[in-house]
This record gives sequence, C-alpha cells and structure tokens, in this order.
Amino acid sequence: MSAPTSSVRPRPAPEAAGARSAAAPRPPLRRPWVRYTLRTGSLLAALGLWQLLTTLDINLWLRFAQFPSATDVVREFADRLGTVAYWQDLTDSLSRILTGFALAAVLGVAVGTAVARSPLVSDLVGPVLEVCRPVPAIALVPVAILMFPSNEQGIIFITFTAAFFPVMVSTRHAVRALAPVWEEAVLTMGGGRGRVLVSVVLPGALPGVLGGLSVGIGVSWICVISAEMISGAYGVGYRTWQDYTIVDYPGVFVGMTTIGVLGWLTSTAVELAGRRLTRWLPRTETTGRSAPSRKEAATP
Amino acid sequence: MSTSDVTTTPAAPTAAAAPAGLRLRLEEAALGRPGAPVLHGLDLEVAPGDILTVVGPSGCGKSTLLRTLAGLLPALGGRVTQDGAPITRPHADRALIFQEDALLPWRTLRANVELPLAIRGVPRAERRDRAEAWLERVGLAGHSGRLPHRVSGGQRQRAQLARALVGEPRAVLMDEPFGALDAQTRAGMQRLLVEVLQGTRATVVFVTHDVDEALFLGDRVALLGGPEGGGRVLDIPHPRERAAHDAAATVALRRQVLESLGM
Repeated sequence: MSAPTSSVRPRPAPEAAGARSAAAPRPPLRRPWVRYTLRTGSLLAALGLWQLLTTLDINLWLRFAQFPSATDVVREFADRLGTVAYWQDLTDSLSRILTGFALAAVLGVAVGTAVARSPLVSDLVGPVLEVCRPVPAIALVPVAILMFPSNEQGIIFITFTAAFFPVMVSTRHAVRALAPVWEEAVLTMGGGRGRVLVSVVLPGALPGVLGGLSVGIGVSWICVISAEMISGAYGVGYRTWQDYTIVDYPGVFVGMTTIGVLGWLTSTAVELAGRRLTRWLPRTETTGRSAPSRKEAATP
Repeated sequence: MSTSDVTTTPAAPTAAAAPAGLRLRLEEAALGRPGAPVLHGLDLEVAPGDILTVVGPSGCGKSTLLRTLAGLLPALGGRVTQDGAPITRPHADRALIFQEDALLPWRTLRANVELPLAIRGVPRAERRDRAEAWLERVGLAGHSGRLPHRVSGGQRQRAQLARALVGEPRAVLMDEPFGALDAQTRAGMQRLLVEVLQGTRATVVFVTHDVDEALFLGDRVALLGGPEGGGRVLDIPHPRERAAHDAAATVALRRQVLESLGM
C-alpha cells in the first residue's frame, strides 16, 4: 500500500450522499413555541372568519345567512358532550373503524406480502384483487346488506375493504422494492424462508407499509361515516345525517367537527406509531453529527 | 508500514478448536444467470484453509463466482462442490461478505452480529456474549448498540466481518469487501482481516479488483477474465507480509498479473 497521504480520494457515493452532507443549506429552525403559536393562530383565524361571515349574514354568491355561527356550534357541542347518545355514537363509530382497520392492516400486509413474494399467489389472487380494487368501498353497501346478517358487520366490512387496498398495494410495492442483498445475507447465514420473512421482508417493508396504513385510516373514516349514514345503525355518521333531516344545522356541524377531530387523532396515532417503529431510518434531523470515517481510519 | 503486519503461519495453534476449512472446487463450470453465462469451462480448486484472492476486470464474473460458491446462484454447467458434495443452496458453512451495506439497517450492530447465531438457535445470553466478543475483536466495542447508518462505512464493514465470522463458518467468501473504503481505512481493514483470520481455519475466497490487495492477502491469486480467459492460479511468494510489497518476487508477480489481465 502506498504511504497514507492526507488527500484521500473522495469517499464513495453511499457515504457522500448520506445525511451528513445535507447539513449545508437549511432554513433556520424555528423554536417549538413559535410553531405551536402559529398553528393555534391558524385555527383561531379560521374560526374567527367563520364567526364573522355568519353573524354578518354575508350573502355574496356564497350564502351564509342560514349558516350556524361558530358560537352556535360551540354551544351545541357543549350540550351534546353532556348527553349519553353523543358518547354512544362516538364509541360505536370508533369501534367499527378500529375493527375494520385492524383487519385490513393484518390481511393487507399478509396478502400484499404473499402476492409480492410468490408468483403462484400473484397469479391466483392478483386478477381478482385488481378487478375489486376500483370498486369504491361505499358502493359495496348492497353487497354488505346481502352478505352480512347484521348492519354492524356490514359497516365493518365496508371499512375493512376501504383500508385493505391501500395497505395491500403499498405492502406489495414495498416488498418488491426490498434490496436483495439483505435477503441474500440471511440466506447465506443459513436462514430459511420463514427467517427471511420475519427478519428481512417485514421489517424492511415497514416504512412503505406505513404509508399504506396512513392512507387506509383516512379512507376508512370516509367509508365508516358514509356507511353509517346509509345504514342507519347509529354512530357519528348516522347522527349527523339525522340532524340534517330534522334541519338541526348546529348539530350537523357538531357531527362534522367530531369526525374531523377523530380522524385527525387516529391518523396521528398511526403516524406516531409508525415513526416509533421506524426509528432506524436515517433521518436528516438526527444524523447531524456522527463519527467521521477519517478518524476511524487512524485506528488499527 | 511497520513489521507488525507480518504473519507467518495462517493457521495458528490457537485455531485447533475451530472447524476445519472446506475444500471448494469448480470443474468445467459454466457460471452466470440462466441465458446470460459469464464464465465458461472454469476449473478452480481452493484447498482447506487456503486464502485465494481473485482478481479481474469488472464484469469478468468475479461476483458471479462468489455467488455460485455461496449457493445463491446455481451453476449452469459443470460441477461446483465443497468437500466433494455439490453446492446447491446457501448454507451457514459458507459465509458471504458483501461490498455494499448488507447489514440490516433496523438492527443494531450487535443485533446484526447475533443474527447468524439466532438462526442457528444459540441461546440468547450466549449469542450476546459471542457477538460482543467479536465486535470487540474488530474494534467496535463501544458501538454495539448503534444502528448501521450511525457509524462510518469502515465500521460497517468491520461489523459485517464480525457477523460473518461469529458463526464459525468453514469458508468465507468476500466480494470486494473493502472496495468502497478510502485507502487508509482499507489498509486498516486488511490488517484486521489478517489478524482475525489467524484464529480460524476457514477457507477464504477474496474477490478484489485491487492487485496489490490480492497479492498482500492471498496465499494464491486467481486471474479471471483478461485476454487469456479465466482460471489461472498463481502462488504468492510472501503472503501477508506488508514488507514484501517491493520484494523482487512480488514485483515480478505483480507485473505478470497486470500483463495477463491486460491492464
């Protein structure tokens, strides 16, 4: 080997393209409290605008005269929070979506992995899945009514179908995109199919799967609410539609707000769980400082 | 370079307990992907405990040769055997070390090194001890809890070395393991490799495109590709003696290797 010189040739791509070089141009980080203030301010501004438009009965092509004001809705909300029916509806909707979503997550990952890993399964199941995929889950209401003995199961079925496809498709892509080197490494350690599945395929596909879960929980909410509106088996969707038919507009807005908050909470939960599970991913924020390999080279 | 690099006996007495190396043999072998063969009529034998380095221009089938020996790629023709038995599938007996990052990025360095032991069903506590011991041997004692992307490229290759050797394989197949490292790190890794291989009796096939590396590390060097085709094996006069870099025999061999590769 030639005598070590200080001008070592530039390090190769995987290192140089890594997070360390990303330290250069970045907008100055704002402090957390500033960001929270901005977020709260944005929500309050939207509420203020709503209040203004409705109390002034603005009628400029868009008509706000019949619109309940923000304070009307808040008052109604406070009343509803004290009723048993509100919480009953809320738990009904939540248990439906959680059941449907959990089933979709498990089956979506299982089917997506099987389709990606096995040409046989792909040939057997693939065409059926591709034909079913474009059908909107909510259009399955007639099917659900025909197939399931109770409304409850029908709604869960629709919620499940809605989330299943995003999860299945993203799992399929994530599994197919896995670096073969990881699988080969485990194979040359003497690992079999099961070991490759558990130690390589599932953890490696997880970041991609999480994208599907995120989309899935959102679509699930749309479908659970719609299914409840149609089937009339209680729940937040049913209550909102009920309020509309009896012209209780503040009630409708309470329903909509509830759906919004619940949807936001559940998708945040999915995001947070995902971030915890994929802490191993290289992220720009966390890899600012790291042991330079130049220093490491000096040790024998 | 200091003379501390010098090692004379590859199989040190301390290695008595280690499993014996495999005899790897290719006879009239055609290698490559189905429909796209890269190597034809290749005859090559690696004696147990030998370190064979393989050099050749890129695309000549060096990696294909290793993947075939590992059992990841079936031979298209001829015979590929270990101790006389055909190689048909990967086995923990033949560890493979890759050039790029083959560590599982979601496992810490220790968990990566533990993996071959876990596959073999070694109890958890023993796994941990053996992995820690190997990480210490390759100079990663303080880094066992780190994720691969939090350490340098050289450290990742050290961890890969530990992961390959922790399971006491009877053959170690190395595919340009130091190819992506800078010159200083590479020299350090070569020293480390020589050092850790002393404790094993494993057969080693080491693929590289760096002729100096091949002539330093190997007992013998195989030339693949080049104008003369594949499979010529030459003895290396002073294996693993850093000081012999400029010895007459080494210089002559280097010239011969470079010429026959058309470089």
